[in-house]
Amino acid sequence: MTSLPVNWLEKEKDRRRLNVGASAFSDKVYEALTAACALVVPGLVIAIAVAVFAAAWPAFAKLGLSIVTTSDWDVAGGHFGAAPAIFGTLVSSTVALIIATPLAIGVAIFLSEFSPSWLRQPVGFLVDLLAAIPSVVYGLWGIFVLIPLLREHVMPFLRDTLHLGATPFFRGPAYGPSMLAAGVILAIMALPYISSVSREVLMAVPRSQREAALALGATRWEMIRDAVIPYARSGIIGGIMLGLGRALGETMAVTMVIGNRPEISASLLAPGYTMASLIANEFSEATNDLHLSALMAVGAILFIITLIVNAVARWLVWSVSRRRAQ
Amino acid sequence: MRALKLAALMLLAVACAKEGANNSSSSSTASSTVASGGSVDLTGAGATFPYPIYSKWFSDYATATGVKINYQSIGSGGGIRQLSEETVDFGASDGPMSDEELAKAKGGPILHIPTVLGADVITYNVPGITAPLKLTSSAIADVFMGRIKKWNDTRLASLNPGVSLPNQDILVVHRSDGSGTTYIFTDYLTTAVPAWKTSVGKGKEVKWPVGLGAKGNEGVAGQVKQTPGSVGYVELAYAKQNNLPVAAVRNKAGQFVQASIEAVTAAAAETAKALPANTDYRISIVDAPGAGSYPISSFTWILVYQHQTDAVKGKKLVDFLNWALTDGEKSAITLDYAPLPAEMATTVKAKINTIDLSGAK
Repeated sequence: MTSLPVNWLEKEKDRRRLNVGASAFSDKVYEALTAACALVVPGLVIAIAVAVFAAAWPAFAKLGLSIVTTSDWDVAGGHFGAAPAIFGTLVSSTVALIIATPLAIGVAIFLSEFSPSWLRQPVGFLVDLLAAIPSVVYGLWGIFVLIPLLREHVMPFLRDTLHLGATPFFRGPAYGPSMLAAGVILAIMALPYISSVSREVLMAVPRSQREAALALGATRWEMIRDAVIPYARSGIIGGIMLGLGRALGETMAVTMVIGNRPEISASLLAPGYTMASLIANEFSEATNDLHLSALMAVGAILFIITLIVNAVARWLVWSVSRRRAQ
Repeated sequence: MRALKLAALMLLAVACAKEGANNSSSSSTASSTVASGGSVDLTGAGATFPYPIYSKWFSDYATATGVKINYQSIGSGGGIRQLSEETVDFGASDGPMSDEELAKAKGGPILHIPTVLGADVITYNVPGITAPLKLTSSAIADVFMGRIKKWNDTRLASLNPGVSLPNQDILVVHRSDGSGTTYIFTDYLTTAVPAWKTSVGKGKEVKWPVGLGAKGNEGVAGQVKQTPGSVGYVELAYAKQNNLPVAAVRNKAGQFVQASIEAVTAAAAETAKALPANTDYRISIVDAPGAGSYPISSFTWILVYQHQTDAVKGKKLVDFLNWALTDGEKSAITLDYAPLPAEMATTVKAKINTIDLSGAK
């Protein structure tokens, strides 16, 4: 009767609570579950791609590359040239990155290098909060606040006071809804993605890197420029590409401020169109088969452009990190 | 800090556990109410424009008879597609189906049942104008084609003697999304102005010669409200509810008419007089004759199959449609929709009663 130690019961309880050594079977189950999770997501991407391309096929077969190369979108006439929408998607996203990137990196550098710690948390939190605002709210804000501001003050200032109207990029009347308005909205939406990734990457730069630069007599700015940013460069580029991905696909807010005019204009003051807006505007009332298929084709083209952007981002990150390694 | 987090987590866990307990105890009662309350009897899909009045009808009808109708306002195009695929019991559309669309419907011939009427109004933002602007079809077409570029153009000034129109650029605002509102507007200009017919045409979305696109009635109205010098078209009900400035439009009889429920119903009554007895109701009432008719008006339709495959459901549908055209019409005006003219409602009900409930295709 004395074969069991006094604390046997306690030990058994511990073993059960930790659930250690139950069986090799649970390992198998875990493996299968995680594998299923890992396979479902790529499977979903492939399924979406197949569905979109299959639905787009009749339009590609009938219209060929004219979807990409022509700019006449006339549903009643059966012409589906999406060039202005492709142009608009690329230009509005580019404008967004031009505005958002310096701002976001500035925020990230301040928060990671200069900010007193009591300020870091609240400012970082507020910047991240930008990502949580629904895009329809951005659109409403765009209509009621941003567009009047652009029309009354910013656009006349750029065009007349700065004489940028002499260049083709700021020519023409300022209605408000425009490529510029879309670019600004997208910049605000992309900013939190770029800044929060950049901030994390900058904070991850080892202390030794900073101390070495300071030991060589670098000022604080020189230390950031020469030792911290190059170290974090690939991560920052990754963040910028994440922001670009957000800008390319954004639909609602852009539709509300871009003016939805399928024309290619060099001027940022002129209204434009994007692929996502085109689909959102016309899909629900499209009954004619070719029209539906053409909208799917626009979706397929957007899919391809997004893939290319991601591939370029990977390549950039890879080439930057390789250069540093050498 | 860590202790705080732990405490918060524990609180959360306790709350979840409680929630779970509540759910399990109430789930049995919930499932039984669904079973006894009866599931949805009829499903429909389509136009967004009549959704407010339809949803009132469905809720009033459910109260009166217990028959439940589920309607998805996904747009006329979606409604036509779903009815053609037979995934809903009825569709709804702001524009009549084309012959090509009718031919593709899987369930055979489709009936167009006009339910209520809507209209488009021209709204504008011209600083310093108090009285309603007066416009003709050709003036509207010229503005929306970019042929009239300034508010003080003689073609506008001659229609509005005594009004000091400013020397300001006109900014046209149109719908960017496919819409029945655009269909009515372009149908009117196509009917009344030959130049519009050849250069733009009609449809739920057209290739606009000039202007900005905005999404939805609220998008167009918001844009017009904010931009001095702009002009756009929105639905009558939307304009009334938001007190937008609205132009008077000259009708076929030469009268300038402000859009109103009475003027829209009058347009339908004038058109209905000339209808043949065997009409399929795929009719346009734009540019209608009659001194009191507002010219940019249209029916909106419920679409149903002539031959119902399920006799029970078919009976419910026919009963509902009869109720809608009798009792339902009375509530239309409270939501700013124009009811059908009384004589027309009678002939439409006769049409509804030709629906075949035998179940054979």
